[in-house]
Amino acid sequence: MMYDIIIIGGGAAGLSAAKEAYDPALKILVIEREARLGGILRQCIHNGFGIHKFNLELTGPEYAEKTAEAIEDLDIDVLLKTTVTDIIKFKTFDLTVMNETDGEFHVEAKSVIIASGCYEKTRSQILLPGDRPAGILTAGSAQRYLNLDGYMVGKKVFILGSGDIGLIMARRMTLEGAEVLGVAELMPYSNGLTRNIAQCLDDYDIPLYLSHTITDIIGKERLEKIVIQEVDPHFTPIEGTEKTFEVDTLLLSVGLVPDIQMFESLKFAISPITKGAIVDQHLQTSVEGLFACGNALHVHDLVDWVSEESERAGQYAKAYVTGTLHAHEAKDVIPGDHVRYVLPQKLDFSGQDESTRFSLRSTIKADKGTFKIMQGDTLIMHKKMRHIAPAEMEHLIVPKDKWVSDEPVTISLEVS
Amino acid sequence: MATREMICIVCPVGCHLSVDEKTLEVTGNRCPRGEKYGKKELTNPTRMLTSTVKTNAKIQRRISIKTSDEIPKGKIFAIMDVLNDIEAKVPVKAGDVLLKNVLDTGVDIIATTSLEH
Repeated sequence: MMYDIIIIGGGAAGLSAAKEAYDPALKILVIEREARLGGILRQCIHNGFGIHKFNLELTGPEYAEKTAEAIEDLDIDVLLKTTVTDIIKFKTFDLTVMNETDGEFHVEAKSVIIASGCYEKTRSQILLPGDRPAGILTAGSAQRYLNLDGYMVGKKVFILGSGDIGLIMARRMTLEGAEVLGVAELMPYSNGLTRNIAQCLDDYDIPLYLSHTITDIIGKERLEKIVIQEVDPHFTPIEGTEKTFEVDTLLLSVGLVPDIQMFESLKFAISPITKGAIVDQHLQTSVEGLFACGNALHVHDLVDWVSEESERAGQYAKAYVTGTLHAHEAKDVIPGDHVRYVLPQKLDFSGQDESTRFSLRSTIKADKGTFKIMQGDTLIMHKKMRHIAPAEMEHLIVPKDKWVSDEPVTISLEVS
Repeated sequence: MATREMICIVCPVGCHLSVDEKTLEVTGNRCPRGEKYGKKELTNPTRMLTSTVKTNAKIQRRISIKTSDEIPKGKIFAIMDVLNDIEAKVPVKAGDVLLKNVLDTGVDIIATTSLEH
């Protein structure tokens, strides 16, 4: 079967892309591995989603349903419980896919949008020492077991990592009757929102151990004990600071990574910082016709921005297959002082017929600062911002007539 | 004078508030919502509650719920107990009331997921 556009992933990103890619003249397919559309939002039962996008404070499942409803009446094919196992490109993209009813089969497309989300780092990726008993899992897995499948993963719990998922799960496990003995964070500050520290930890008297990490795991069949230690500014454990906790479960909330290993055979350029594709302002990767968006491109802190970005990916994929978007050589967008990364990483000035939206993260926490966009020595734009933090993505929009040349662009953060 | 230190949870900025326990004067807030929150935390703290209840649906064993409004913080665990006895029978639509006026709080328990079968 030949499609114009195939979207891989039926979560917030894929659904938002599908809605905007839609055109009655185009054949569009969304491939989703779960039995339902909605993606990870289905298990994120807490509220706080959609404040920017819908001006409402929704729970995750409500946001997912609102997004899915937008494509319900459109003529878009959806394959549920279907997994992509391989993808290659000659003139068009050839996807090998698999499901229970049809086994393995092929679908083809002129354009593909990667909207496959992200995965959680596991124990092996952070080299946790000690025994390897049962009872150690990622916070997101525990969330799925609890919120969709109805299984409690343990009774006495410790959490490593203070990202928002870890904090949310500390509260969630407590509400369901588990005892959460603490949360340890390697950094001297939490990576989660301050209000989640308040409403998930402080509300339930769960201690947060900043500048701490796990230095031993003890357990034969099931986890029995963990040892945490304070770390010095070089993250070396300090002797004599050991604390032991008797727990049966350890949840890891130690970082998210774009889930794009499946697409490695396409050999598109990948950023060593975001671990997602390098894209131009049209969210097109280095492979023509291949677009990426959402957490598969870079990990977002708010789903609202996932939807916004993915809608644009859908529009550009549509422009590509209808022949109004052409790939040209693009110049670099370079992260300058105090900026960890900028998306897009490439700007194609020949196709620069609209304003450019940059997403970026700082490397430092600052009450106030000024983002500066430069081309050579020329200041293109500057924007003052408050409450800047690495955990919070910032956005800058540059009108099309601001550019002075087709030279590379640098974006830096100035803190006074 | 005794003060209570807290983090405002109204929005993602997360202001550090100090509330005077006697006069209920709030400092450290950057907006009026913070003042209201600070006062309420000392007089009648409330929270939204989200959780899950049983369902007879085929594709998932639990269905997500929320309270229709904030509930007194002190009643969170009592309401969690009540949730154990609720079963959402399919078809259920997000927004359906699963239980009215939970523990006489005037607040309803509402489904946040739609499940047809």
